[in-house]
Amino acid sequence: MPQIFHHSTNTIARVSIFGAVFILAAIIWAAYEINGSSYVTQAFVPREQPVQFSHKHHVGDDGIDCRYCHTSVEKSSFAGIPPTKTCMNCHSQLFASSDYLAIVRDSWREDKPIVWKRVHDLPDYVYFNHSIHVKKGVGCSTCHGRVDLMPLVYQVASLQMDWCLTCHRNPEKFVRPRDQIYNMEWEPPPDQNTQGRKLVEQYSISNSIVLTRCSICHR
Amino acid sequence: MSRAKKSKGKRQSCGSGRSRPPYCNFAFCLTICCFLFLSCRQDMQNQPRYEPLEQSSFFNDGRSSRQLVAGTVPRGALRENIFQPAAKIGAGRGQIGQAATGQPANSQPGNNQAGNVSAPGAMPAGLNDFPMPVTAETLARGQEQYNISCTPCHGLLGYGDGMVVQRGFPRPPSYHTEQLRSSPNSHYYDVITNGFGRMWNYADQVEPDMRWAVIAYIRALQISQNARLDDVPQDQLKNLRTGGQTR
Ligand code: HEC
Ligand code: HEC
Ligand code: HEC
Ligand code: HEC
Ligand code: HEC
Ligand code: HEC
Repeated sequence: MPQIFHHSTNTIARVSIFGAVFILAAIIWAAYEINGSSYVTQAFVPREQPVQFSHKHHVGDDGIDCRYCHTSVEKSSFAGIPPTKTCMNCHSQLFASSDYLAIVRDSWREDKPIVWKRVHDLPDYVYFNHSIHVKKGVGCSTCHGRVDLMPLVYQVASLQMDWCLTCHRNPEKFVRPRDQIYNMEWEPPPDQNTQGRKLVEQYSISNSIVLTRCSICHR
Repeated sequence: MSRAKKSKGKRQSCGSGRSRPPYCNFAFCLTICCFLFLSCRQDMQNQPRYEPLEQSSFFNDGRSSRQLVAGTVPRGALRENIFQPAAKIGAGRGQIGQAATGQPANSQPGNNQAGNVSAPGAMPAGLNDFPMPVTAETLARGQEQYNISCTPCHGLLGYGDGMVVQRGFPRPPSYHTEQLRSSPNSHYYDVITNGFGRMWNYADQVEPDMRWAVIAYIRALQISQNARLDDVPQDQLKNLRTGGQTR
């Protein structure tokens, strides 16, 4: 019976088995990268909003505190999105006839809420709470980045489970003194490891075994 | 009905007996495949409940949180809260504010400009006291809340030169005028709760107890901006002369 395959096919077969390992690895790597990419997580993708509200103007230029608008961030799980009334505190006088604010004025006059597009949205099976993080020394900019420089808000974190866990495993790398929570410019000092450990002690933050229990976030 | 029967039958054949029949493996694989299919649905991501402020397609106005029905009072709102002058929430109960503060008023009745002060006699007028003891901690909380809610317009020291004013908002009066220094606390409480002229109210941004803390802090500002050298305690005088740079 004549040989169907040429002798060289042996080599090709061997190489392709060997290559398959790499191809498989490449596929897994690609899947991992895609899963963490901003295409999937929507990180760094600014959302268009109905009103061109800019944190850069209000926070960066005018120095308004986060809590002027996000009033419940220290008290509840939900940070709070300001009602139209809050905008009107200032914009009943300021830029009171600007086209940019037409939607805000209509909303106030007709008592219809402004429909903001959500930027951060965890799946409903995850429990998240702002107040505990703020209380225990995790600042806004650790999770939300430099909001004071963002004309339109975007996510800077993937919001995936491993992102939460990097911090829950080593909170001392991220915690800051409580009076710095709203400081957008805070950067970890060079001796963050010792400082952080002290704060973890001071704020009696639980250890990483407790903080990585599934039931902390999936309740 | 037929579903229940089937699963019952399956459980019996798989669970009992030591050697599993081969179709159990097949069933196992099938289950795994089913899970793979299920994972494409978003039921767990978007569960049938509303998150705060989530849009609703059920109600006509699109809000999931319902507005109060006119004339209703939320449970607990009538609770006797020493921070909330009772006169504001129900007629004939004006005593509570007074009872809690005890001392008689020590200043003239508030200025008469206050066009939108609620019905005459509604606030314990002329009261210059607080419904709680003012401690250093109260002042610290007051400072925090003042810096959040009031500085944008009234400025850090209360001169009415906040950042938003510099961008064109009408300039509020300085807190250090004779008139505002002699206005009673109740006037300040009223301004925060009901607004004043072009200043809108801060009732939903500043809780009742924080309003009193803010007032305490404004009083501290007023004292600080009119302090004389002999108001400074003896042991602090040295600091003052060196510009506070003794550290
Ligand atoms: C003048 C009011 C105002 C102030 C001050 C303000 N915000 Fe906001 N913020 C808004 C409004 C309105 C939205 C919703 C529209 C949007 O997403 O841009 C928002 C949205 C956000 C979001 C995205 C919410 C989402 O949809 O996921 C984040 C995060 C946020 N703000 C953080 C901050 C931080 C941090 C500060 C303080 C440095 C701050 N904000 C100060 C009004 C304000
Ligand atoms: C504490 C006062 C204050 C509040 C509250 C406030 N703004 Fe502003 N807003 C300003 C100031 C001051 C500017 C001008 C910013 C600048 O140029 O630095 C501004 C500018 C704007 C502009 C741009 C207008 C233009 O013509 O350039 C928009 C849009 C706007 N604000 C929307 C909002 C919305 C929406 C809210 C409510 C969530 C809000 N603002 C709440 C003070 C405020
Ligand atoms: C530990 C990380 C973390 C910190 C610290 C943090 N946030 Fe958030 N924030 C989140 C996450 C996660 C969400 C999305 C919550 C959701 O989808 O339920 C969110 C959502 C928000 C929203 C949208 C409304 C909401 O609650 O869903 C606002 C506004 C906001 N954050 C403001 C702030 C401000 C202001 C601070 C600083 C005091 C802050 N956040 C600190 C992680 C954080
Ligand atoms: C930068 C650090 C950091 C990040 C990021 C972070 N956390 Fe936390 N988290 C903390 C700290 C610190 C605590 C306080 C622990 C304590 O009280 O002992 C905490 C506490 C919590 C708690 C309350 C725990 C309890 O005792 O009940 C929940 C729930 C939680 N985090 C959920 C999340 C979720 C969900 C995410 C991701 C979306 C997240 N966290 C991201 C630092 C972080
Ligand atoms: C610090 C908070 C936190 C803890 C602790 C935690 N998770 Fe999660 N988990 C999350 C978040 C946030 C997501 C959403 C991920 C996403 O949106 O991609 C998630 C998603 C998941 C998912 C869905 C698959 C996925 O990744 O999308 C599973 C399954 C899961 N978690 C299992 C667990 C188990 C098992 C544990 C305990 C060992 C655990 N989680 C502990 C925050 C947490
Ligand atoms: C958006 C800008 C703005 C903010 C924020 C603001 N105010 Fe005012 N306030 C004004 C203006 C403008 C006036 C002058 C109103 C007028 O005469 O029409 C005023 C007037 C006042 C007066 C004087 C009333 C009188 O008898 O003359 C008091 C007291 C006062 N504000 C207290 C506060 C307190 C307390 C806060 C913080 C909780 C606050 N304001 C926040 C703008 C503001």
